[in-house]
Amino acid sequence: MKRVICLTVMNRPGVLNRITNLFSKRNFNIESISVGLSEHEGMSRITCVVHVEDSSASEQITKQLNKQIDVIKVTDITDQSIVARELALIKVQAVPYTRNEIYSLIEPFRASVIDVSKDSMTVQITGESDKVEAFIELIKPYGIKELARTGTTAFPRGTQRTSQQSKSYSIV
Amino acid sequence: MLQEAALTETKTETHPVTGADLLLRALEKENVEVIFGYPGGAVLPLYDKLYHSKILHVLPRHEQGGIHAAEGYARISGKPGVVIATSGPGATNIVTGLADAMMDSLPLIVFTGQVATGVIGSDAFQEADILGITTPITKYNYQVRSIEDIPRIIKEAFYIASTGRPGPVLIDIPKDIAAGVSDQPEEEKEVNLPGYQPTLKPNYLQIRKLTEAVSRSKKPVILAGAGVLHGRASKELKEYAEQQQVPVIHTLLGLGGFPADHPLFIGMAGMHGCYTANMGLTECDLLINIGARFDDRLTGNLQHFAPHATVAHIDIDPAEIGKNVPTSIPIVADAKEALEQLILQDGKPPAHKEWMETILRWQEEYPYFYDKESGRLKPQKVMEMLHSKTEGNAIVVTDVGQHQMWAAQYYRFNKADRWVTSGGLGTMGFGFPASIGAQLADPEACVLAICGDGGFQMSTQELAIIQEMNLPVKIIIFNNMALGMVRQWQEIFYESRFSHSKIPVQPSFVKLAEAYGIKGYVIQSEEEAEELLDEVLHNREPVLIDFRVDPDENVYPMIAPGKGLHEMAGVKP
Repeated sequence: MKRVICLTVMNRPGVLNRITNLFSKRNFNIESISVGLSEHEGMSRITCVVHVEDSSASEQITKQLNKQIDVIKVTDITDQSIVARELALIKVQAVPYTRNEIYSLIEPFRASVIDVSKDSMTVQITGESDKVEAFIELIKPYGIKELARTGTTAFPRGTQRTSQQSKSYSIV
Repeated sequence: MLQEAALTETKTETHPVTGADLLLRALEKENVEVIFGYPGGAVLPLYDKLYHSKILHVLPRHEQGGIHAAEGYARISGKPGVVIATSGPGATNIVTGLADAMMDSLPLIVFTGQVATGVIGSDAFQEADILGITTPITKYNYQVRSIEDIPRIIKEAFYIASTGRPGPVLIDIPKDIAAGVSDQPEEEKEVNLPGYQPTLKPNYLQIRKLTEAVSRSKKPVILAGAGVLHGRASKELKEYAEQQQVPVIHTLLGLGGFPADHPLFIGMAGMHGCYTANMGLTECDLLINIGARFDDRLTGNLQHFAPHATVAHIDIDPAEIGKNVPTSIPIVADAKEALEQLILQDGKPPAHKEWMETILRWQEEYPYFYDKESGRLKPQKVMEMLHSKTEGNAIVVTDVGQHQMWAAQYYRFNKADRWVTSGGLGTMGFGFPASIGAQLADPEACVLAICGDGGFQMSTQELAIIQEMNLPVKIIIFNNMALGMVRQWQEIFYESRFSHSKIPVQPSFVKLAEAYGIKGYVIQSEEEAEELLDEVLHNREPVLIDFRVDPDENVYPMIAPGKGLHEMAGVKP
């Protein structure tokens, strides 16, 4: 199963190495990881998407992450109501007569063209992973020259729907 | 002129200091008594300051010996062992010791030299990325980037290494930082680590839950691990076990946490544990784990482990709870605090008369055994003699292999902190240097360094420390001319194809000892052993004894890999 884990970490040298090292040491599969500054000075936010076999494995991941000295907080937000986004840049082959076709795909996905050249154009798309995935599938036939994805970054919504149980392992 | 002189006098406090000065000051502040270190290019500035220091410096003949000695020191003294190694090869030589200390939760502070900051990353002479190498095998590691940080980093390092679940912390110091000068060292501050706040106090509801579970239980056992020793909780463990009349099983590393002569003591469990302990874990209906991590050598096949039991687990490290064995009563706490709370509850002891009778019957029917009539010198007999002649008061330090298991089985520990062994990593070459650290931590104690002929040859060079410091360590070699445990497995699982496990060509260990000015003896029979041990165990001199034990002896009982605890082989003669 897929889990989305949010971490708040001290912004110290080597901290990302510690986290990725832990994943490989404990034999956990990581799908994506995204890192950036957070709302607190000196602290960064890491969002990991991992694949685990069962809930005890995901509990073990959060506990091992929590044990890291530089990690302030770990939350498995998968079961919460969350906003999750990733960004992809896609350089697609586009000769003048296919440009319009590609534009017609871009519009419903609310993607945007950020660069155009003689034989290609670069599209930027933002959204949940599934949406990005779907768009890439559609655009593939035209010939993707280059593709770069950021990986998911996420946090819980401001208001949690009451029907959904919120689950957090960070207390133990 | 005079006025000027007076001015500089009063200013001595704010004189510029070097990084090395700050480091030594910080070590003095932490009351460090001994350093195990080996000099080299990148730590020269530090060694120059050590020249005048009052801290005892022990020079091993290999960095690995130094860090194992520090581990022995840490285990016996309860204080962090301090190690210094130079950059590059010095640093990589201590890697095994770090992994060993990490596995067995031993507090260490390890300083490594590093090339100057300007050339880091350029593959400079004796450069190694020791931070990258040691990240997975340290509790935490630092590279000092500015002189002013040194006091804070060392203070934090000692705090991290010795609190919570103890472990090794490495501090990498570039040469220019150690040699560099600062006129404004950072002011003393409290340790502030928002991401590191170990839980010490147990959750009251879980304590209640456990107390009730004990009262209801018909077949309870306590499994006590090294957490009891790290938490200095053996007194509380005894009190609690007596109050509730719950029998106690030990892990390999936990030995000594509960007195072996106590009527409630069952014995050691695991791959070479006793029948009663392994059956106790299999049959129990309530398993109270205090500070053990359910290692695979203890549990055997997890599918067959404690199948009928409600599992309670007290551990200071939350990640250990539920890692290997599903746990219904999790208690994240320091062993001492949890036991104190449990004692305060004063719950109704369980009605478990039948269970205690079963345990007694097992104990009578399936004790450890060996052939006493063979006419050969049996290693088990030697262990029994060592136990009786030291009255169970010696500090026993072992290497890894058959002799380690015999020591665990036949040396009956009645006191805490008398036992040093490499459990988790199983490091050959650990025992002898660790005994040096143990002796330094407790200079009055009789320290037995129990090694195999294989493991001893991995660290013989440390005989030099024994000679130099005249440490009265008793080096006991169980010589079976083989890597005994490997040989045993090859006999049992590989149809006696003894692939590279026999070492019939050996040095004369006696002459080797004599080369270092240490008395050495070869012992072939029980009678000789009897006589010699009476003579050498009670004096204050080092000695090496080469016991030529039965080379065909195996360790039993034994649980084959993949089998459950109840599937022991060799439980009866």
